[in-house]
Amino acid sequence: MEFPGLFNYWIAVVLMMTGFYIVIAQGNLIKKVVGLNIFQVSVFVFYISMSKIKGGTAPILDEGIEIYTNPLPHVLILTAIVVGVATTALALALVVRIRDAYGTIEEDEIGKLEQEEET
Amino acid sequence: MTVTAFALVRLRNLFAVVMLSGIFSLLAAVLYVVLDAVDVAFTEAAVGAGIATVLMLGTLALTTGVVKEAPRKPLAALLIVSLTGALLIFGTLDMPPYGDPNAPIHHHVAPRYIEKSGSEVGPPNIVTSVLASYRGYDTLGEVTVIFTAAAGILILLGGRRRPGKKRRTAGKTGG
Repeated sequence: MEFPGLFNYWIAVVLMMTGFYIVIAQGNLIKKVVGLNIFQVSVFVFYISMSKIKGGTAPILDEGIEIYTNPLPHVLILTAIVVGVATTALALALVVRIRDAYGTIEEDEIGKLEQEEET
Repeated sequence: MTVTAFALVRLRNLFAVVMLSGIFSLLAAVLYVVLDAVDVAFTEAAVGAGIATVLMLGTLALTTGVVKEAPRKPLAALLIVSLTGALLIFGTLDMPPYGDPNAPIHHHVAPRYIEKSGSEVGPPNIVTSVLASYRGYDTLGEVTVIFTAAAGILILLGGRRRPGKKRRTAGKTGG
């Protein structure tokens, strides 16, 4: 197997796991949102790298070009990017509301406040 | 790009985190250009690096700027993450290699789009014709999602009380 081989998938996996790690190991809510973003971008990279054909060009019709890169994943990811930003905005709005209600955006402190309310 | 992502794990200053995630998006856009996905690169640079960064800065202005404590139980998290990663990499062993023109993804509807979209829809950019014409319903759904998100944000933030009145402070409760 020559160099690129499956390397593109591995990069996507490493990025995805980085995002996953941020989401589960960090207590700060804004950092969690950033981690979710990294997770998303890894999926985008995965799709886009699948659509690439060796020797192909960007999928814009022109004379004398035989091989085009597959346009379908590009369309899906275009949609996904915009939807991703919409969900990020919603998550950030939730963070702002949580800050209003609890005065903190650290998960542990929110948990402590909840416990104190119960007792 | 991966280095930027790793730096994001370690950083505590949220302003730097937001700036780095902007850089991360721009690097992703460059990667898309290299992979022939010019339209996606445009969108990522404008929406991912631009709008998302502005949104996060706005959130920072409304909340605090520094992460307080060190990450909790990093060992358990690391274990879970590396297990999942190993499983995923095991899964990629069955995938077609990078740039392979014989991969199954290139033999379903994509050839038809490439051959016919010029005469059936018109614009030379195939991505545009697929987005607006063949898969127009997807775009309609996307608009619905954005509308829902906007409505949700308005509901969440529209009725905000004046800050400081009902807000409890973290320091008072010893957090």
